[in-house]
Amino acid sequence: MAFPHRPDAPELPDFSMLKRLARDQLIYLLEQLPGKKDLFIEADLMSPLDRIANVSILKQHEVDKLYKVENKPALSSSLVNADKLAGRTRKYKVIFSPQKFYACEMVLEEEGIYGDVSCDEWAFSLLPLDVDLLSMELPEFFRDYFLEGDQRWINTVAQALHLLSTLYGPFPNCYGIGRCAKMAYELWRNLEEEEDGETKGRRPEIGHIFLLDRDVDFVTALCSQVVYEGLVDDTFRIKCGKCHGPLLGTSHMAGLVFNEIRNEHFSNVFGFLSQKARNLQAQYDRRRGMDIKQMKNFVSQELKGLKQEHRLLSLHIGACESIMKKKTKQDFQELIKTEHALLEGFNIRESTSYIEEHIDRQVSPIESLRLMCLLSITENGDARCSLDTHYGPEHLLTFSNLRRAGLLTEQAPGDTLTAVESKVSKLVTDKAAGKITDAFSSLAKRSNFRAISKKLNLIPRVDGEYDLKVPRDMAYVFSGAYVPLSCRIIEQVLERRSWQGLDEVVRLLNCSDFAFTDMTKEDKASSESLRLILVVFLGGCTFSEISALRFLGREKGYRFIFLTTAVTNSARLMEAMSEVKA
Amino acid sequence: MDCYTANWNPLGDSAFYRKYELYSMDWDLKEELRDCLVAAAPYGGPIALLRNPWRKEKAASVRPVLDIYSASGMPLASLLWKSGPVVSLGWSAEEELLCVQEDGAVLVYGLHGDFRRHFSMGNEVLQNRVLDARIFHTEFGSGVAILTGAHRFTLSANVGDLKLRRMPEVPGLQSAPSCWTALCQDRVAHVLLAVGPDLYLLDHAACSAVTPPGLAPGVSSFLQMAVSFTYRHLALFTDTGYIWMGTASLKEKLCEFNCNIRAPPKQMVWCSRPRSKERAVVVAWERRLMVVGDASESIQYKQLTIQVLLDRLVLRRLYPLAIQICEYLRLPEVQGVSRILAHWACYKVQQKDVSDEDVARAINQKLGDTPGVSYSDIAARAYGCGRTELAIKLLEYEPRSGEQVPLLLKMKRSKLALSKAIESGDTDLVFTVLLHLKNELNRGDFFMTLRNQPMALSLYRQFCKHQELETLKDLYNQDDNHQELGSFHIRASYAAEERIEGRVAALQTAADAFYKAKNEFAAKATEDQMRLLRLQRRLEDELGGQFLDLSLHDTVTTLILGGHNKRAEQLARDFRIPDKRLWWLKLTALADLEDWEELEKFSKSKKSPIGYLPFVEICMKQHNKYEAKKYASRVGPEQKVKALLLVGDVAQAADVAIEHRNEAELSLVLSHCTGATDGATADKIQRARAQAQKK
Repeated sequence: MAFPHRPDAPELPDFSMLKRLARDQLIYLLEQLPGKKDLFIEADLMSPLDRIANVSILKQHEVDKLYKVENKPALSSSLVNADKLAGRTRKYKVIFSPQKFYACEMVLEEEGIYGDVSCDEWAFSLLPLDVDLLSMELPEFFRDYFLEGDQRWINTVAQALHLLSTLYGPFPNCYGIGRCAKMAYELWRNLEEEEDGETKGRRPEIGHIFLLDRDVDFVTALCSQVVYEGLVDDTFRIKCGKCHGPLLGTSHMAGLVFNEIRNEHFSNVFGFLSQKARNLQAQYDRRRGMDIKQMKNFVSQELKGLKQEHRLLSLHIGACESIMKKKTKQDFQELIKTEHALLEGFNIRESTSYIEEHIDRQVSPIESLRLMCLLSITENGDARCSLDTHYGPEHLLTFSNLRRAGLLTEQAPGDTLTAVESKVSKLVTDKAAGKITDAFSSLAKRSNFRAISKKLNLIPRVDGEYDLKVPRDMAYVFSGAYVPLSCRIIEQVLERRSWQGLDEVVRLLNCSDFAFTDMTKEDKASSESLRLILVVFLGGCTFSEISALRFLGREKGYRFIFLTTAVTNSARLMEAMSEVKA
Repeated sequence: MDCYTANWNPLGDSAFYRKYELYSMDWDLKEELRDCLVAAAPYGGPIALLRNPWRKEKAASVRPVLDIYSASGMPLASLLWKSGPVVSLGWSAEEELLCVQEDGAVLVYGLHGDFRRHFSMGNEVLQNRVLDARIFHTEFGSGVAILTGAHRFTLSANVGDLKLRRMPEVPGLQSAPSCWTALCQDRVAHVLLAVGPDLYLLDHAACSAVTPPGLAPGVSSFLQMAVSFTYRHLALFTDTGYIWMGTASLKEKLCEFNCNIRAPPKQMVWCSRPRSKERAVVVAWERRLMVVGDASESIQYKQLTIQVLLDRLVLRRLYPLAIQICEYLRLPEVQGVSRILAHWACYKVQQKDVSDEDVARAINQKLGDTPGVSYSDIAARAYGCGRTELAIKLLEYEPRSGEQVPLLLKMKRSKLALSKAIESGDTDLVFTVLLHLKNELNRGDFFMTLRNQPMALSLYRQFCKHQELETLKDLYNQDDNHQELGSFHIRASYAAEERIEGRVAALQTAADAFYKAKNEFAAKATEDQMRLLRLQRRLEDELGGQFLDLSLHDTVTTLILGGHNKRAEQLARDFRIPDKRLWWLKLTALADLEDWEELEKFSKSKKSPIGYLPFVEICMKQHNKYEAKKYASRVGPEQKVKALLLVGDVAQAADVAIEHRNEAELSLVLSHCTGATDGATADKIQRARAQAQKK
């Protein structure tokens, strides 16, 4: 279990610095209003804040009361206006994180409190969730960019990359795929050029950076997860590295036990945990033959650790039981079977009727949507299940959203668009007009999943049983049935150190790619740092993808660092696209 | 052999002084200085002379002339004074010459005699004329204090950010004070004035009488007063020839001196180094100079930072010298050479006799892409001189597209500004330009502009979604985007409309739009939704209860749960609910009701399109094994084993599996053989397996 890294695997950079930076900046902002103060925190910011500065740190800086805010601008204005009515004078500061937008000020102005508050920015954009995982905690990125075409967060990404290169040296090799990746990359280059000289002399610590748009690979994110951490996320939702489950209470997803099982296929976890429990029992049992002195030693040195392990172990056994109850049922196995059939492209009729039954039973609209999307993308828009008022009118909008984002594809209107698109692209060459064609092509996005899957060999040929205890390839994260497309692309590009020979894949993906190597920087990089790779997921990544790349890293002697706008899963993707009645 | 101390003269008991000429003035003055208004800037800055300031004749030959010299008397500028009579001259900290006119207008000139701007000291000053004026320096900048003909004071502490303060009246002041000065204490400007034997301190709120501590008796008038450069010290000269020196706060006396000269001195100034213990006052009469204190010291250049020194060189257009200094001091480019070059470029754009192309080229040749040079700043200066075309040419050299935007907006090149903002990737900047364009263009043109800029369009749509829903509709209309219009009205049907009629109307509009978009599917679904809404309304009227806003599925379920089976059937038919879905729905609802009788009737109504395994499952979920068994017997052969296992009949499941000779089924049954009584069954299976293998 928990395969060790190769002895020559590079060390990870120390990301705790990011936390310290964010904390110091927050404290500085708090100190701007000396004396006692109340702090109102937007609900989404609660967990990230807690990881940066806990309550006692806030108290140290004279934060008196903490309030959770559900509705942002309305609250600040009603608060200020209520004070005004009561004739109370207080000082107000609004801290925007990670940045203040022009529209923020407009809202304050409309609410009539612009002059009463002072504004500040807390440029807290990178939260280290793990030694190798940085999250921007921007779940809204996915909908804002991929559905609404709102590019505001791209600059935030560019700034985060700039911060990383300032702290950890320049990245000699850059690769990317997707329109957003390209824009983020260009904006970031501009930032670097403006402040040229700062990073010039630095030795690169991280040899490669790979940027990837979520819409390059929707399929992987739409699949049910079966590695432990992904499954826990699907079942209980991990938020900011903490799990909020009915059984688990609120518990940190960390610790020795977890590190050993997080990347494991679920089928191995229970066995591992019971083995662990037996070992633990054996260690407890050692007490029996002890004399007083040994006992004293045991109590003072080992007991605490054992108890801690005991606690964590029962936690995960609890989680496992709860997951088993839900997932080992026939339902889940059939679901997985259907997903695999879709990925492999056989028994389409059977899969379609399975999905239809799923809809007929009206168990979970989100789950049905997910399956429809998976069917639609893997079958290139052929599938058209009967979707109708049965879910309510707002879902009509949800469907149109899914179509716009390219999660549901249709053939009929797509064809007319393709004609327009080719016409436009013939006519124009300049930059602005290029964007029009981009916009068209994203509208007319056609999934070529089957062809890509063949080209990249995503469905491993298996003779006999796939031994999930001894994974052969990244496919283990989907029970050996499918290598995540996103991870395969990264693997291929890193192997070639370019996109060479992948032209056909890129064409099928219908995304723009880029690669850039700075030889002068690369010459300065040590061989360790050249095996350190920062992967940036724009629009979110799943725990399955993280596990798969961690596996690849161990196999090849790389270490991967993940930077994501947020950790996501299929349910989050679907919810982001859903229209809900207010 | 030289005697180094030969030219040193004793001063008092313990100090010596010497006199020597630092440098001689280059100027060639035709008038006596006494006939001119004179102002010398601090820190060895320029000197301004206004000749014939008091002549009122219009003849050009006798009009006043304003000359500006460097500290060493090198002429910098000379111009005929065509404006009104000047009362006082003074230099600001930025080396701008402030000329205070009798009518309270203040004209501001640059070092080279270039007119910069003018401002007025207010109506009161205009009416009562200026009697006397002082230019003083504070930590915020340079201030102007005015004594009007009505013997009132008006001042502004910072001419860069003009705020006029009219000081309170001094009680009993009938004529001009014998002497006065502006003071700056605790960041507030005051006026100290002497009226006969009394001293008054004026701030913007009050006038208070003050007395210097330890002042010798017998004073009937103060003839002259002087504050030190830092406003820390004050010297008073009385009609008794007595000099009092102390702190400007009038809390402490430093020393006093009786010089026995009763004539009013022409000038009295402080000579001291900041933080130095040695303080001195120099008093000058027509032919006599007196130093009171310990020693006189020259003002130190140390107070000037390198940056200010460079600024002063730039102001004197000594660009090459400034650059040499930067290079000599090895200043970083951004602080040094680039800054000087940028200043040079700003000067260059003012050369009106050179063509736009030549200026732009010359500037680019010299500046290239030197870091720290802002082409947009230079362009802004060009635009300020009225050279819009040059400004646009210069902006082309600006590498950061975001920097170009504000000036382009100012020059009303909004569409160009929009593309530059988009290029910069800064959505806020795009947004700013959008709001600009929105005000500048008519709606049609504005929408047309957006149409060609998808990024800006998305941004504007996002804004409209939250702030201006009606505009969003117009946007879709403009583009004939019927699909989005349809979605818009769908959203309105549940978010904006309350009344059922309004909601149905919104849906009708949506359906029409979907038809125009050739989206039959969406149009039909919308029409269904309209029918559903109307029907739900009727159900509420007839049956009571809550139906509105339920989905079709939930509506049917609610009807079944309420026992309205007929209605439910009718609804299902009307809306063509697929058979399978209806069976699942009814099955779930009846099981929830635990209406087993009705469920059984339903199961027998016709052959189940979903099979009978779901019946078994749902009964087991409700822990009704008895009912479950009824259905288990009806489950088709494919799922028979599963059904039997579900109801716990392992033995029969084994029989069926053996009969089927299905290995998967056999192992499934085997995995269920966990009870104590299942031993026989397990054996049976093993035997069957063995037999199968034999064959």
